[in-house]
Amino acid sequence: MQKLRLLKYVLLLCFTAFSLSTYAQTGNISGKVTDETGQPLPGATVFIKGTNAHAIVGPDGSFKLPANGNITLVIRMIGYQPIERALTINGTLQQDFQLTADTKGLNEVVVVGYGTQKKSDLTGSITAISSKDFNKGPITTPEQLITGRVAGVQISSNGGAPGAGSKIRIRGGSSLNASNDPLIVVDGVPLDNAEVKGASNPLSFINPNDIESFNILKDASATAIYGSRASNGVIIITTKKGKVGQQMHVNFSSIQSISQKEGIVPVLSAGEFRQVVNEHGADAQKALLGSANTNWQDAIYRTAFSTDNNLGISGAAKWLPYRVSVGFTNQNGILKTSSMRRQSADISLSPRLLDDHLKIDLNVRGAITNSRFADQEAINAAVAFDPTQPIHATNAFGNYFEWLDPTTGGAAPYTLATRNPLSMLELKNDKGEVKRSLGNIQFDYKFHFLPELRANLNLGYDVSKTEGRTLVPAYAGNVFNRGGMDKSYSQTRNNKLLDFYLNYAKDLKGIGSRIDVTGGYSYQDFIRTEPAYPDLNAKGDTISAAGVPFKTQNTLVSFFGRLNYTLLDRYLLTVTVRRDGSSRFKQHWGTFPSAALAWRINQESFLKNSKVLSDLKLRIGYGVTGQQDFGGLLTDYPYLPRYTIGDPTAAYQLGSQYYLTLRPEGYDANIRWEETKTYNAGLDFGFLDNRISGSVDYYIKKTKDLLSVIPVAAGSNLTNQLLTNVGNIETKGLEFTLNATPVSTNDFTWDAGFNFTYNTIKITNLTKVKDPAAQGIPIGTISGGTGNTIEIHSVGYAPYSFFVYKQVYKDGKPVEGGYEDLNKDGQITPDDRYRYKSPNPEFLLGFNSQFAYRNWNLGFSIHGSIGNYVYNNASSNNGAYRNFSYENYLANVATSIRETGFAVNQYFSDYYVENASFVRMDNLSLGYSFKHLLKDKVNLRVSGTVSNLFVITGYSGLDPELGNDKVGTTNVGEGIDNKFYPRPRVYSLGVNLDF
Amino acid sequence: MMKQYINTWVVAGCVSLALLVSSCTKDLDREPFYDQTSASVYNDFSNYKSILAKLYAGYAISGQQGPAGKPDLTGIDEGFSNYIRQYWSAQELPTDEAVIAWNDGTLPDYHKMTWTSGNEFIKATYDRIFYEIAVCNEFIRETTDDKLSSHNISGNNLEEAKHFRAEARFLRALAYWHALDLFGNVPFSTEKDEVSASFFPPQINRADLFSYIESELKAIDADLVNARQNEYGRADKAAAWTLLAKLYLNAEVYIQQPKYTEAITYCAKVTAAGYALSDEYRKLFLTDNNTSPEIIFPITFDGIHTKTYGGMTFLVHAPVGGSMSAAAFGINGGWAGLRTTKAFVARFPDPSGNTDKRAMFYTNGQNLEINDIFTFADGYAIAKYRNVSSAGVHGSDQTGDFPDTDYPMFRLADVYLMYAEAVLRGGAGGSAATALQYVNDLRTRAYGNTSGNITAGQLTLDFILGERSRELFWEGQRRTDLIRFGKFTGSSYLWPWKGNVKEGKAVDDFRALYPIPAADRTANPNLQQNTGY
Repeated sequence: MQKLRLLKYVLLLCFTAFSLSTYAQTGNISGKVTDETGQPLPGATVFIKGTNAHAIVGPDGSFKLPANGNITLVIRMIGYQPIERALTINGTLQQDFQLTADTKGLNEVVVVGYGTQKKSDLTGSITAISSKDFNKGPITTPEQLITGRVAGVQISSNGGAPGAGSKIRIRGGSSLNASNDPLIVVDGVPLDNAEVKGASNPLSFINPNDIESFNILKDASATAIYGSRASNGVIIITTKKGKVGQQMHVNFSSIQSISQKEGIVPVLSAGEFRQVVNEHGADAQKALLGSANTNWQDAIYRTAFSTDNNLGISGAAKWLPYRVSVGFTNQNGILKTSSMRRQSADISLSPRLLDDHLKIDLNVRGAITNSRFADQEAINAAVAFDPTQPIHATNAFGNYFEWLDPTTGGAAPYTLATRNPLSMLELKNDKGEVKRSLGNIQFDYKFHFLPELRANLNLGYDVSKTEGRTLVPAYAGNVFNRGGMDKSYSQTRNNKLLDFYLNYAKDLKGIGSRIDVTGGYSYQDFIRTEPAYPDLNAKGDTISAAGVPFKTQNTLVSFFGRLNYTLLDRYLLTVTVRRDGSSRFKQHWGTFPSAALAWRINQESFLKNSKVLSDLKLRIGYGVTGQQDFGGLLTDYPYLPRYTIGDPTAAYQLGSQYYLTLRPEGYDANIRWEETKTYNAGLDFGFLDNRISGSVDYYIKKTKDLLSVIPVAAGSNLTNQLLTNVGNIETKGLEFTLNATPVSTNDFTWDAGFNFTYNTIKITNLTKVKDPAAQGIPIGTISGGTGNTIEIHSVGYAPYSFFVYKQVYKDGKPVEGGYEDLNKDGQITPDDRYRYKSPNPEFLLGFNSQFAYRNWNLGFSIHGSIGNYVYNNASSNNGAYRNFSYENYLANVATSIRETGFAVNQYFSDYYVENASFVRMDNLSLGYSFKHLLKDKVNLRVSGTVSNLFVITGYSGLDPELGNDKVGTTNVGEGIDNKFYPRPRVYSLGVNLDF
Repeated sequence: MMKQYINTWVVAGCVSLALLVSSCTKDLDREPFYDQTSASVYNDFSNYKSILAKLYAGYAISGQQGPAGKPDLTGIDEGFSNYIRQYWSAQELPTDEAVIAWNDGTLPDYHKMTWTSGNEFIKATYDRIFYEIAVCNEFIRETTDDKLSSHNISGNNLEEAKHFRAEARFLRALAYWHALDLFGNVPFSTEKDEVSASFFPPQINRADLFSYIESELKAIDADLVNARQNEYGRADKAAAWTLLAKLYLNAEVYIQQPKYTEAITYCAKVTAAGYALSDEYRKLFLTDNNTSPEIIFPITFDGIHTKTYGGMTFLVHAPVGGSMSAAAFGINGGWAGLRTTKAFVARFPDPSGNTDKRAMFYTNGQNLEINDIFTFADGYAIAKYRNVSSAGVHGSDQTGDFPDTDYPMFRLADVYLMYAEAVLRGGAGGSAATALQYVNDLRTRAYGNTSGNITAGQLTLDFILGERSRELFWEGQRRTDLIRFGKFTGSSYLWPWKGNVKEGKAVDDFRALYPIPAADRTANPNLQQNTGY
């Protein structure tokens, strides 16, 4: 056994060392290399300065190196500050080393588009977050790992549903109707943002435990290399891989958690409701009151248990580093019946061949996600359901209490009434299974005759297959009339990628310069297929015949180039250009250039020897990026005069036959890219060996030719609202990041990170013809009434500005129907509405800290948002006595009625637009590491985490932080609080085992 | 050796990649999988009828997926975007015939008559009309003689294509007539204008639009199928004559010139074409109304094949509420929206329906007075449209959502009353006796006997307005009729909640036209707003 291990070491050394044989070796040095917390640092290199002699630290942190006499030993590890130590060796020396994390290590290598760069050489605004800085706790989706961690990046989960997706905005987004989601690149494969049916989050197929790092590219000089998809920033996700020379390392982690609801939408209790109906209701309504006391919102939620288990094995078999992992996640939602089960597997192989000239990286990951979706309409139903009625009753609707239609003698539910929320949940079986796999193989070849030249080929795929089915029995109240429901759906996605680039990097010592040139080609193709299914009832009768199946394709072909030029190690220039061709436009091609300069001021002679200042870099950049992603509701062929076939449910009778219709679609033959120009100026700084470090960035983004859906002149096109290039948006902002280690002793360290973002966004033009009287485009559909919208895109205002009446107050109470006559025409008409605030936050805050005391570790992270407003739809839709004035049923009333006393809902009052600024503690985690177990072979870490510990806010509703309001992938509104799946508070216990 | 091999491989790889690159750029010319394009769709004659079906369906349903999904119009709830529902609402809600209980956006402004140019329902009406015009323009543009011959359409197909094209021109004229009647001076585009994202149709004045519709309807006469000879659901010559008659009857409103003689001419053409009154009034509004000999031009609906949340679904569901039995209407539940005012109820001497069977009121639990428009019980309900056949059989949709009943857009009774009115208003070419006979034919059917018949002396213009309301209530006629009689605006006739007061009050005359939606004036700089807005 011992022999075998030795052999392995020898092999390792042979593999990486050039020569060890020329030295006479009589002594040696051995020891352990660990980080500040005592964790071994496998993969670190130990070498003797001025020689080629070196060793790679093994998985248990140990190394052994032949040495003799007076030497200088250097220990290096990416992400850590190197140590140089002068030693005298006589015979055998045993010495341990501890490396301190270089959180802002300037030698850190950062993954940028199509390559890597040293952090010190960056000219753009890029934030790198590696696994040690990830948020802790029961995190099931990748983006939650970095919530609140990065200045300028807003990540808000779309509620508390299992595996829920998030709204991710980098610098506030730059588009109106086109997507504001950033481009996400996983191991070099850019994902498309199209909806994956049956999955509430397109990223949920990636097991967060497999992620090594996030690199967030924010300004155009960093993102422009991704051209037409880069306007909203780029998030590069790199997964964990095995390392050369690493011994087999096993990591097992397990998290058990309990989720509990944290609050409810404020409505009247049964007693209060009874009193209100008796005071304000008619006799018919009083007669409908029941004798039960039901808290419907308590009834639909539950305490849910979840588990997350992961096993990862990594190492290197001779020349073949590998990592294999499997994950099992079983997450139950607090809304009854909602759950997600994910099985994921990840294999990565990273062979290094031909003396390291050929690097191959193969990644294959797959996940099977099984979800059961709860009917979120039940959330609204529970808010509105009469609390004086019981949950269950003896009847023909599954024994769930339902409001009945008296004209049928109670044989059928009353169709206009609120349905029993428990019935909506428990009788609806809505399941979806998604199988998704993403993989790539990347060849990186360093030419033998010209080692400065590298060729890189990346072949990737992203495929998924979804199958889902919704079953509701015939007796369920909400589908009683149609005899239940049996509806299936499926989807396949098939995306392919080919990237090829050449890179030439050379130091031109004679002129104190270094150049690094990249030129490449990329081809990516996306196909989505969705067959059509009939809509059946529980018996199998066809309610609606199957429609037309859906299939769509789009292709991107690109050429790109980048030049990095460094002069005297302190003047840096980056120029990139990308030429993108998209099948979505008739004029396929667009060109997206960028340039950036950086000046490493601290490398100037007058600062170079400063003991205080360790880093000071000024960056300025400019670039043009594009946008061609206009979401799933719109077509991939917007420039073609298409005729689409109608479904058999939309046929028309001519004679005795029903004809399927052929509809000419509206189109803009000249539609083209949306373009964003970004200006960025930034300053990176570091003091005291970067113990304090940070950066400040100021940016301006100007988007023109917005891909907007705007009203088109009546009679000029084959639709009333057309996707075309109209309008401009301007975003400005300031980002500030500060990371520090205020305390660092042998026993105790405190690391803290703080980030702050100020962002404003304004529409500066939205019409083809200048029209100062133009009101704008209404958006933001609310619950209550049909088709009521509460928001508007208007010139001079932020997108999604609330468009409301100015409420008149008397004695501090809103006067029903009393609005200010803002246009002074003597009457209150819809023209008196004004634009009041918007859901866009003005300031974003993030704060996190890690305290380590010996084996103890305490950490928390907090994020906040200031200046964001929310339309409290739960309150407006339920905040009137009219709620129980309908025939044959009663509906509960929001507690805001106590203040308003409204008889009829005043949907458009600014009373319901509330300041929803908040500060949320995302997690608080306490851990203890048992080190040196089983003869130092095993490390065990136990931790407890509370997620979503508290929210500080003045908002009167359930939760001030809302996610996306989407239909498909198209935003239909923002900041409208309506049937929001509450974020639970989660208590979890985790075990992490390393050996 | 190995190095060389690798280098060769890399060079070969680069060369093949270069080749690949040039071929891959061709992949940028992607074509849709299921959709056709205007370049290909007209090559196959079987597609023509499907496109024609869409032009008809534009009046019936809201998109390419029933009852909702793949909408024609966006920016408004799909159910509300339906043609018949919007047109009906614009014609009925601001009158004495209808009130609606819903608090949807600016919907209550219709009956209050306080609408502004930002009203989303008026915009949806307008958008729907111009959508219909645009899709008709597209078909008419692609079916010129030259185009037909370039697509090798010949023989019977060519004959058929010419009928199709004439029908498309009829459907466009119908939509333009609605635009003329509701909005007056509107943007104008024809088949001569290409589809564009940056074309701003010029504004046409009301008189020129009148002439255009008139000339179109006359021009297509030869190519339309003879009256009563076309397939069910398709327009024939009589449909165009009826529309011409309506245009002429209202000419004094539209162009300040009487055209009653022309109105009589075209009414007479229709009445001579062999239509007959349904034997029972109620049968005109039931699922088997497709068999009625009276209906000249219907918009068809079907519970399985033609589903929408507008159209007849709206007209059958929305009036049902209170203690009304949904099952009696062949549906699963009412929407508790539409009722009527006491001004309309008073038009019938006996609201019970025992005398004049057209008094189809539902009064049980309903108050005659409207104290609160939002309360369904305030105002008598009306039980006119149903999803049951004359034999009492429920419609085909087992869920009880979508009716089979067709919408009677034009029917003989309307032509009778137009004839009588044109004669009374001094048009030449008709006879007072025939006019009286027509009116009494309707009254005999309504009463079941001649007890309700009137004398020549009783046949006054005021009587005609009243009789049109009794006969044609809730059929999308009322606003136009009231305007023609000078009673829509002003104070000469008040009804509950006219002008947003319970007793009714005078309303400014400019409200006889709806405003051009503000959004279209933003989109199209050529448009001037109607006076008063």
